[in-house]
Amino acid sequence: MDDRRLATTIGRVLQTGVLLAAGTVFAGGVLYLVRHHSELVYYRAFAPGSPDLRTLHGIARSAAQGRSEALIQIGLLLLIATPISRVATAIAGFALEGDRLYTVISLIVLTILAFSLFHAS
Amino acid sequence: MTASEFTAIVWILSVVAGFLGALTGLGGGVIVIPALALALGVNMKYAIGASLVSVIATSSGAAAAYVREGFSNIRIGMFLEIATTLGAIAGAFLAGRVGTHALAVIFGLVLIQAAYHSFKGTPEGDRTVESDSLARRLRLGGTYPSGGDRREYGVRNVPAGFALMLGAGTLSGLLGIGSGAVKVIAMDRVMRIPFKVSTTTSNFMIGVTAAASAGIYLNRGFIEPRVAMPVTLGVLAGALLGAKVLVHARVQTLKTVFAVVILVLAIEMMVNGVTGRI
Repeated sequence: MDDRRLATTIGRVLQTGVLLAAGTVFAGGVLYLVRHHSELVYYRAFAPGSPDLRTLHGIARSAAQGRSEALIQIGLLLLIATPISRVATAIAGFALEGDRLYTVISLIVLTILAFSLFHAS
Repeated sequence: MTASEFTAIVWILSVVAGFLGALTGLGGGVIVIPALALALGVNMKYAIGASLVSVIATSSGAAAAYVREGFSNIRIGMFLEIATTLGAIAGAFLAGRVGTHALAVIFGLVLIQAAYHSFKGTPEGDRTVESDSLARRLRLGGTYPSGGDRREYGVRNVPAGFALMLGAGTLSGLLGIGSGAVKVIAMDRVMRIPFKVSTTTSNFMIGVTAAASAGIYLNRGFIEPRVAMPVTLGVLAGALLGAKVLVHARVQTLKTVFAVVILVLAIEMMVNGVTGRI
C-alpha cells in the first residue's frame, strides 16, 4: 500500500459512511413524520431527555422496538462512526506501508476518539 | 408549531446554510446555529448539537473528493488531529458547564472573526517554504497538484500550529462548529502550508475533530434527533449543491455580502445573549 492508495481507500470509506448515515437518518425522519406530523413541538427549553436516545445501549434498545427517533439516532451514530473508521483505515494503511511513526500517531487519535465515545455509553 | 412544519422550515434553512457555507468556505454550522436560535427559538444546546453532526456529514462528504484529488495531506491532518480532538473533548465538557447566554455571546465573537476572515478573502498565489527540523523529523512536507504537475512544499512552526489547533478543537467542541477558519490560519499563516493544501486538510480534519465531541454531546442530550434530522439532511444537500455551483460563482462578491450578513447575526446573537433572550 502506498500513500495514493491509502488516500483512495480513505475517500471511499468517507463516502460510504456518509451515504449510509444519511440514508438511515432519512428513513428515520420519514417514519417519524408519518407517525408524529401533527404533534406540537417545542425546543426553547433544554432538557437532557431520556437515556433511550442518548446512550448507545438505550438507542439500540429503542431502535429495536421500532422507535423512529432512535432510528434517526442510529443514522447519526453511523455519521459519527465515519471519521472514526477513517482513522482506523489510516492505522491499517500506515502499518502496511511500514510507517511506524504515523501508525502510532493515528493510534493516539483513535484512543482519544474511543475515550469520547465510551464516555457516551 | 407542528412537527411537520418545524421539520420543513428547518430543512429549508439548513439547505440555504449548507449552500452558503460551502460557497464561502465557512461551513454550514456558523449560519445554521444562529438561524435556529434566532428565527425559531431553538435552544442553543440543541442547535449546536444538530450543527455538530451536520459538520461531520459535510466535512466527510467533501473530504472524500479532496483526498482523492491529492490536495489534503493525510500526515499533517493526522498529526494535528491529536491536538484538535483533545481540544474538542475539553470544549464539549465546557459546553455542558457554560450557560446558554454565555454560549450565545462567545458564538457572536467567533462569528465576528469569521466575518472578518470571509471579508478579507483568500491570499493570492502560492508560496512554498522549506521544512524546519521538527517538520522534517515528522515528515510533514508533501506535494500537491499544480498546473498538471505536482509541486513540493515544506512545513514550519509545528509547535505553534499544534497549540492553535488545540484552540480550534476547543472552539469546535464548545460551539458545535467546524472552526475551519482557525484551522486554516494555523496551517496557512503559521505553518506556512500552501493555501489549497491548508483548506482541504482543514476540511479533512473537521470530521474527526467533531466526532471527538459528538460522544459527549450525545451523552448530555445535546443531539436531539428531531432537530438534528432536518439539519443534517438539509446542510448536506445544500453543501453538495454549493460544491457544484462553486466552480462558476463569483465568490469574492458573495463573500463580502456574506460577511455583512454574518456580522448582523453576530450582533443579534450577542444582544440576545446579554439580554437573556436566548
